[in-house]
Amino acid sequence: MFNVMRAELRKLRRPTLLVSTILVVAALTALFTSIVYLRANSGQGNGQRGEIISPAILSQAAGLVYGFKIVSFFLGITALCVFASQTAQEYTLGTLRNLLVRQPSRMKILSGKYLSMVIFAIALVTIDALVAISVSYGLAPHAKVTTTAWFTSTALSLLGRTFINVLLTTIAFGTFGMILGLLFRSPISAISTGVIWSLILETILGGVVSSTQKWLPGQNFDNIAQGGSLTVSYKWSMGISAAYLVIGFTIVALLFKRRDVAN
Amino acid sequence: MTSAISVTDLTKVYGERSALSHATFEVPLGTVCGFVGPNGSGKTTTIRMLLGLITPTGGTGTVLGESISHPERYLPQVGAMIEGPAFYPGLSGAENLKVLASLGGFPKERVATLLEKVGLADRGGSKYKTYSLGMKQRLGIAAALLPNPKLLVLDEPTNGLDPSGIQEVRNLIKDLASEGTSVFVSSHLLSELEMIAESLVMLREGKVLFAGRTQDLLAAQLATLVAEPEFSVDLNKLVDIAIRHGREASVEEGTVHIVADAEWGATFNRLAFNAGITLSALTATQATLEETFFEMTGE
Repeated sequence: MFNVMRAELRKLRRPTLLVSTILVVAALTALFTSIVYLRANSGQGNGQRGEIISPAILSQAAGLVYGFKIVSFFLGITALCVFASQTAQEYTLGTLRNLLVRQPSRMKILSGKYLSMVIFAIALVTIDALVAISVSYGLAPHAKVTTTAWFTSTALSLLGRTFINVLLTTIAFGTFGMILGLLFRSPISAISTGVIWSLILETILGGVVSSTQKWLPGQNFDNIAQGGSLTVSYKWSMGISAAYLVIGFTIVALLFKRRDVAN
Repeated sequence: MTSAISVTDLTKVYGERSALSHATFEVPLGTVCGFVGPNGSGKTTTIRMLLGLITPTGGTGTVLGESISHPERYLPQVGAMIEGPAFYPGLSGAENLKVLASLGGFPKERVATLLEKVGLADRGGSKYKTYSLGMKQRLGIAAALLPNPKLLVLDEPTNGLDPSGIQEVRNLIKDLASEGTSVFVSSHLLSELEMIAESLVMLREGKVLFAGRTQDLLAAQLATLVAEPEFSVDLNKLVDIAIRHGREASVEEGTVHIVADAEWGATFNRLAFNAGITLSALTATQATLEETFFEMTGE
């Protein structure tokens, strides 16, 4: 499994993928965090779904992580795309047969691939955290936000918890991408299905029938990063997300184990 | 263990279609075995089953003495290139080999050696997507050699190679065989196989038509005597002489073709001379593998 992980990391660290993903994540994080701080005194929405995040809120211990977790959904979508393409491309490129000849245990292939992608997700979330904190710190004086509370033990503990939650959200979206990749065996189909579902269909469904938010996978994945919401608890989101992903992953893992590799 | 590959009644059925039907053959250890058959005859299906990529519908088989139902026991000693090379286009040739070396737990130092061996030492750092078809094929062969295999399975290794590349692959296979590596190679270049394959497995429509020594196959084919008379008016007379002496004969492109081995050539020459016919040429030809293949497969 660790040999597979090492081989996968070698693929993931290729400059075209690594640099472009880092740049996208850094740019999105910088953009969203900047909006929060630059519009903090506007009296208009500067948070998720038009929420108003005032300088007073940002001056609290939680202000340190606000910019960090606001981008979690897009971080998740990025992970979905990367995980889906890295899995499905083995079929379209025909490289799966090479992998299976060198490592006949399909479960080891899957585990090693998953492990390498989790490492990749950790890297993405770390970049997200670093950029968000740097931008927050840099823009705090402009937004008249005091940062004294950001360096308390409460803030640091909150940072650690948010890091784990954002990471869980990223991995959940990535796992969803991997499931789609194994199911569709085509990067384009897997990515488009995942993105259209999470970004468009879930938003429309959740907006039209708000009670469905509790059941929608993407909404629940993102709710983990936010530490729960007023309508859906953190615990519920963790449970339902785990259930969706375990069931989905078990089905595709069985398919992957039993399916003939004929291309 | 005397066989590198041994299969009995190996069968693969897709729905109603039988891709391979009760195939039984052996590939002796340390030899080069050619695997031939028209497109769609079941060659790749067989190779996929031997490599654990697809599950047989029926039958049994062993590779290097281990059952094909446990590919993890023999694949570390098997090198393979199936259905042409397949690599990651965004990685260099060397990086692609390192991915496979990491996966199989092989020393990465072998990558440079193998790139040198297949003539890609100077292009190892270039991205795979910039490679020509021949270079991709060479990289595929290098990947197959990564484990320093006891058995090498190659599916059309000379596709896209120029004549000198084909010759290099032929020499490479010969060298590997002389070092004790068993090679199971499918190819449409039958003249190449005739030069290197000690044994052959021939498939048609999923069934094994022949499995055994190449020499035995060729020897079983009747030789042909080709006689050219000094004057073309004598062509039909020569055919009559051959037929009168119990041989099949026909006129083809200004020559008489007689189904007979070389030893009957002297007798025929004498018979023609006695009939007042002078032969300007008389040659004995043995059927090539290609001719034998076409005759057996009806292609």
